[in-house]
Amino acid sequence: MATNRITASGTPWSDRIFDIVVYVAIVIVTVVTLYPFLNVLAISLNDSTDSVKGGITIFPRQFTLKNYDTIFAFSGLLTGLKISVLRTIIGTVLGLISSSMLAFTLSRVDFQGRKFVSTFLALTMYVSGGLIPFYILIKDLHMMGTFAVYVLPGLVSAFNVFVIRSFIDGIPYALQESAKLDGANDFTIYWRVILPLTKPALATIALFLAVGQWNSWFDTFLYNASKDNLTTLQYELMKVIQSTQTNVDNFRGRNMVEVMAQISPESVKMAITIIVTVPILVVYPFLQRYFVKGMTLGAVKS
Amino acid sequence: MKAVTVETAKIERPAKTKASRFFSTMLQQRYLYLMSIPFVIWVFVFSYLPLWGWTMAFQKFKPAKSFFEQDWVGFDYFKELFHDDTFFQALRNTLAMSVMGLIAGFTIPIILAILLNEVRQQMFKRVVQTISYLPHFVSWVVAAGIISKMLSTDNGVVNEVLVGLHLIHEPIQFMAKGNLFWSIVTASDVWKETGWNTIIYLAAIAGIGPELYEAARVDGASRLQQVWHITLPGIRSTIIILIIISIGHLISIGFEKQFLLGNNLVRDYSQTLDLYALNYGLGMGRYSFGTAINIFNSVVSVILLFAANGIFKKITKESII
Repeated sequence: MATNRITASGTPWSDRIFDIVVYVAIVIVTVVTLYPFLNVLAISLNDSTDSVKGGITIFPRQFTLKNYDTIFAFSGLLTGLKISVLRTIIGTVLGLISSSMLAFTLSRVDFQGRKFVSTFLALTMYVSGGLIPFYILIKDLHMMGTFAVYVLPGLVSAFNVFVIRSFIDGIPYALQESAKLDGANDFTIYWRVILPLTKPALATIALFLAVGQWNSWFDTFLYNASKDNLTTLQYELMKVIQSTQTNVDNFRGRNMVEVMAQISPESVKMAITIIVTVPILVVYPFLQRYFVKGMTLGAVKS
Repeated sequence: MKAVTVETAKIERPAKTKASRFFSTMLQQRYLYLMSIPFVIWVFVFSYLPLWGWTMAFQKFKPAKSFFEQDWVGFDYFKELFHDDTFFQALRNTLAMSVMGLIAGFTIPIILAILLNEVRQQMFKRVVQTISYLPHFVSWVVAAGIISKMLSTDNGVVNEVLVGLHLIHEPIQFMAKGNLFWSIVTASDVWKETGWNTIIYLAAIAGIGPELYEAARVDGASRLQQVWHITLPGIRSTIIILIIISIGHLISIGFEKQFLLGNNLVRDYSQTLDLYALNYGLGMGRYSFGTAINIFNSVVSVILLFAANGIFKKITKESII
């Protein structure tokens, strides 16, 4: 623009200001996103009685691991950790196998049932029965108070199947044909030819499944609240958070805060928040490129 | 039928019916059937049987009785629902929070995506992006815990900053104020999902041809003018598609955030339709009434989805369903 005065480096002043605004805004966003996590981490590592005085920002003032020691002494946390890990592993593996298997059959143009199965599946994305009919169903299937309720209902999601299918569609059919000439049956083709080539899509879906499993708490709340041996980390954290708020409605099962009077509820809350968050923190930066790919792929398809 | 293959001709059955050809192909494709039928049954059980459960809303449902022993009551529960003030309150809360979420959930990620796109140092950009995805991956339980800590009256950072800046004289009890609840939910959603939602816009921005920017630069356009005249129009179609999809989901915002962030003090503002079904249906054992709420919710969201799709078709001649 003619009215722009040019600086020594040749950039117009308005662009300089624009740059400053951009960087300042981004730094603010980053701080707002990150600060709460660092603050929680600092408090979880700070002496409980000292924390009550306040003023802790992102560094602990009186460093201690006592908060973690104390909560790990509570058996509910260890059981929760075990069940959370188990459901994440089992749920992810089963979910991957079943959605990729179904996706493979749907990618086969020659498959007679293709049209029916894919319509049948696609409809589930638009209509859902709702919470209460589902609850009654789980009850009728005698799945209340079982581990199965964590992995079975979420086994096949239409969205995941369609994402994997669109990936398989991109694999040349000639590969399947040559395997067939070598005498492979359809299952062998799926297992030996398709699965290895679908790895990038599977990595994306695995991440979504694993995060979903790790993060879910509502199924524990609804179906397994009375089962101490089937509790999950998220549910334990939920109980602690809700108990320090005003409504402790009708939670069955013991609560960590009641069990441990030695450290303040806030320290319990912060330490368990960190325990629940750390696994995700460790995993997600490495899988970033996969989920970004999956996100854009899914968006294009839907 | 002309197309009799060599193989079928060999099996000396002159008139092959359609059905028998279907079954011979079926036999050939037995593995494909074996690999899909179990999941068809699975989908039937977990996605279609609950729809059968909708009959509960028209019965005086007692869990102990079988289907044929239930008393049928017609639309009684729906009548009761539409005469219940709490229902309209829940509907208002649902719509208010989804509209607020829609507005904030669109504008803020678009702004952040544009800002990120203007960053020239790739390393800095990547670090910022990675950090911005983090809240998306933590559960709402964790998020709710963190948010209530940040907003708390004792040592919550939000209150400390506001008091420090002399904007308020004493800490606000955010979590106990009903009239602030909608804003808290919206802000929490923005905090959690903004970074993640930029992915799609950044992908769209990356698809804009660099020659457009070069031409604008030659014409002497400033960076801000380039954003206004090239970047924004370049992602317009993406924005429209996403808005229409969101309209389809307007009523189905669920209850997770409201359940975790809410409490009895703010119930009048936190109770969404799903939470209403949970509290008044499941919580009180009134399964039929709760199912009626679920049906209302599902039916309205399907209508919205088709309406949104219809609008979308008109605009773009394409269908998203």
